Amino acid sequence: MTQEELVAAARDGDQGAFEELVRQTYVATYTLAFRLTGNEEDARDVVQETYLRAWKAIRRFRGDAQFSTWLYRITANTASSMTQRRSRNRADSLDEGSAEVVDDRPFANPEASSEASALHQRLSAAMADLPPKLRTIVVLKDVYDLPHEAIAEELGISVAAAKVRLHRARKRLRDVLFEERGGVARAV
Amino acid sequence: MRCEDVALILPRAVDAGEPVDLAVQSHVGSCLTCQAELARYHRLLKALRNLRTQYLVPAPGTLAQTLAALGEAQERNAIRSILSGRRSAYIGALGGAAVAAGAAAAAVALARRRAPRLAG
Repeated sequence: MTQEELVAAARDGDQGAFEELVRQTYVATYTLAFRLTGNEEDARDVVQETYLRAWKAIRRFRGDAQFSTWLYRITANTASSMTQRRSRNRADSLDEGSAEVVDDRPFANPEASSEASALHQRLSAAMADLPPKLRTIVVLKDVYDLPHEAIAEELGISVAAAKVRLHRARKRLRDVLFEERGGVARAV
Repeated sequence: MRCEDVALILPRAVDAGEPVDLAVQSHVGSCLTCQAELARYHRLLKALRNLRTQYLVPAPGTLAQTLAALGEAQERNAIRSILSGRRSAYIGALGGAAVAAGAAAAAVALARRRAPRLAG
């Protein structure tokens, strides 16, 4: 069955079809949840809550957007609620070293691969240091390419606020990744 | 226009389709420092986009846990739905019984009223 057929079956109440959709989208949803929350435990909770919400709402999914995009929005909303709840109780931290990274892109050039890998590590560390509100926006917009309007809606903020946060996040990442020394910028 | 002013605009200007002031465009066009700065933002955005294809592998068993939780929730919903259906049936039956009892009482009362009274 194609994903569209599975979605249609799930909308008609087919639990098996929905479980198959969970299997197909699980790693992508977990990856987004981890990037938003910054730790494995919260990511697992967010993923579980996301699929429970998705199951309850699947009848209302009209197929205007891709199923994965719809799921990303639910994940963003769930992670935002959880981050707000938990940030009161503990300091936020992001350690991507605790989860194994799988890159599915073939690299033809080993040097380019090594450079890209180094940049990825620096970028992950830089994102770890972003405040959760800035990190959420940059993940949803610049990594997952969700539109500003959708991000603003899921996070309960205005589009203007979403844009301001995004630009602040980019500036911070730029400052960390490309340190200025002696007037000459270099990647660190 | 100074490079410091342009630097504040570049995080927004790097987006395709974002309107950028002509003065900014003109400055960047002739300033190597700002061109290099813009290139850094482009590189940053490319690196961020690339993260999308780099998946994180969840710990073993997490998918099974999620499916189990989903199964439980679906089961609870199914039971709730059945109970809700039964509740509706009970309420419907009680309502029907009440109407029937009322109708019977009315019929009895009517019959008594119409029945000829025996002389004492």
